[in-house]
Amino acid sequence: MKIAVCIKRGPDSETRFKIASTGTAIDEAGVKFDISDFDSYAVEFALQTVEKQGGEVVVVSLGPDTVQETLRKAMSMGADRGVHLKADALPHDGLAVAQALAAELKDGGYDLVLFGKLASDTAAGTIGAMTAELLGLPCVTAASKLDLGAAGGTARRDLEGAAEIVEFPLPAVVTIDEGIARPRYPSLKGIMAAKKKPLESKPAQLGPVRVSVTRMELPPDRPPGRIIGKGKEAVPELIRVLQTEAKVL
Amino acid sequence: MLDFYNIDSVLSEEERAVRDSVRRFVDERVLPIIGKAYVEGRFPREILPQMAELGVFGANLPEEYGCAGLNNVAYGLINQELERGDSGVRSFASVQSSLVMYPIFAFGSEEQKRHWLPKMATAEAIGCFGLTEPDYGSNPSGMITMAQEQPDGTWVLNGAKMWITNGSTAHVAVVWAKTNGDKDDRSIRGFLVPTDATGFKARDQKGKLSLRASDTSELVFEDVHLPADAILPKSGGLKSPLMCLTQARYGISWGAIGAAMACFEECVSYAKNRVMFGRPIAGFQLQQERIADMLTEITKAQLVSLHLGRLKDAGSYTPQQVSLAKRNNVDMATNVAREARRLLGANGILAEYGAMRHMANLESVYTYEGTHDVHTLILGQAVTGMNAFGG
Repeated sequence: MKIAVCIKRGPDSETRFKIASTGTAIDEAGVKFDISDFDSYAVEFALQTVEKQGGEVVVVSLGPDTVQETLRKAMSMGADRGVHLKADALPHDGLAVAQALAAELKDGGYDLVLFGKLASDTAAGTIGAMTAELLGLPCVTAASKLDLGAAGGTARRDLEGAAEIVEFPLPAVVTIDEGIARPRYPSLKGIMAAKKKPLESKPAQLGPVRVSVTRMELPPDRPPGRIIGKGKEAVPELIRVLQTEAKVL
Repeated sequence: MLDFYNIDSVLSEEERAVRDSVRRFVDERVLPIIGKAYVEGRFPREILPQMAELGVFGANLPEEYGCAGLNNVAYGLINQELERGDSGVRSFASVQSSLVMYPIFAFGSEEQKRHWLPKMATAEAIGCFGLTEPDYGSNPSGMITMAQEQPDGTWVLNGAKMWITNGSTAHVAVVWAKTNGDKDDRSIRGFLVPTDATGFKARDQKGKLSLRASDTSELVFEDVHLPADAILPKSGGLKSPLMCLTQARYGISWGAIGAAMACFEECVSYAKNRVMFGRPIAGFQLQQERIADMLTEITKAQLVSLHLGRLKDAGSYTPQQVSLAKRNNVDMATNVAREARRLLGANGILAEYGAMRHMANLESVYTYEGTHDVHTLILGQAVTGMNAFGG
């Protein structure tokens, strides 16, 4: 099975963000980047599938040269090769990115194209479905379990209070939810081996960019805590505040 | 994690990747269990398969022997991260890598290398290193363990070794012995001794208040018969085990930084949250001085080890330069751990926090692999040309 996994370079989720002087992006100084969380589950799932069934895992990422480190990380986990779609910056317009990915993927002969269900930074969750549309392929979003046969697969989608089991033919595009596979540590040998694996870099054929960020804001500081009182005498006041101010009761 | 001088920016992509992989392993697999293992006084064997899978054993030895073939800076960063977990965990890796796999690689026959190194990289075979004896620690040249060559070329080993990390769990011991009744240290050779050989005994040393998450043993050899090919053919003289120690000391200089970083992170986080006199103690000048001193000393040590690693990779480092790094960084880390424990107040004596565990561990690290004092004399001799050993 030939699987492409589209991955994004994203800031580590424990980062404390600052906004850059441009006001439209985060300040990347001192920020640690890695494969975006859901994308790393997709990489792990692809690796496990190919380990069982044979085949090839190709990782694809779009952005400036820094995404090569992200691709290299996926290759150190075991992906066979990487494709870097070079762009000065990753546009905020999901369709522009999806067009570049579709242009790369369409003649690749992939049985399966995987994405994380959304990026850990922008949380837009649009690119997988858009790419599927452009490729004319069936798309399953947010799969938390995936069983693949030769000609098709079954996916589980966890919904609020229920789950949905869906069938689809291959080739297909699937976006991955958490729980599907726990990403492995790149082994030290894997890190060394990744240096020798092919990483192709070519210009991204981005579509027109029509959406852009005009301003970024940090969430407001949390107001300091307030001590209502002590002991059971404070309970009526606490209930009143929870009802009238916090409006949680 | 503490990187005040943005040292990350001068590490290669693969060096950072190696460090990050081991860092995640330590965060997820070592830190949650190590406090309890330490109190129970046991090496957490359950992490061995994962350490092997990660590839930490013999990581700077070549790929043809099943190792990762990393450079020495990456190897140092592995040690830093492991000791950020615990000195006992790092000691296990140091012994396996620098004191067992390295001498087999450097002094062993091709057959010995092919037989042992791949098994040791996967931790299928565990090794220990026997140099120190009950009465010969800082002066190993005085050792009395003796290997006597027999007319048929086989060997008979007699003697005892002490303070041997992994001694009771090892499958094979690299034992250093004088040969053929010659008391001169030039007769010292290395031997690969299977620990199931008749006459080989290993007893754990009990009652340790330091390195409790590590096995430390006494080895006794009573007429242990060894085949002719048990000898490490390219070993010769005290220089051979000292070359192993140089490897291990290099790794320790990095490891100590890891222990200090763990203490630093813990006490900074504690200081920001611990409220006394109505505000976090991080805002008090006395604690800020502690933190500033730790930051300064750790940053200096990071730069020392990184540069030493670059020299080692260029093939131009000297044992005396390694002595400086081991001496400085371990002493630094013992001081950082002690100050961190003090900043933590009463909480600092609990196993729930790492500072006191690191503090107690580092007393061993200060003492083994050349005591602080021995390294002082090595440096004194390097500068003055005068040998202060033996008065």
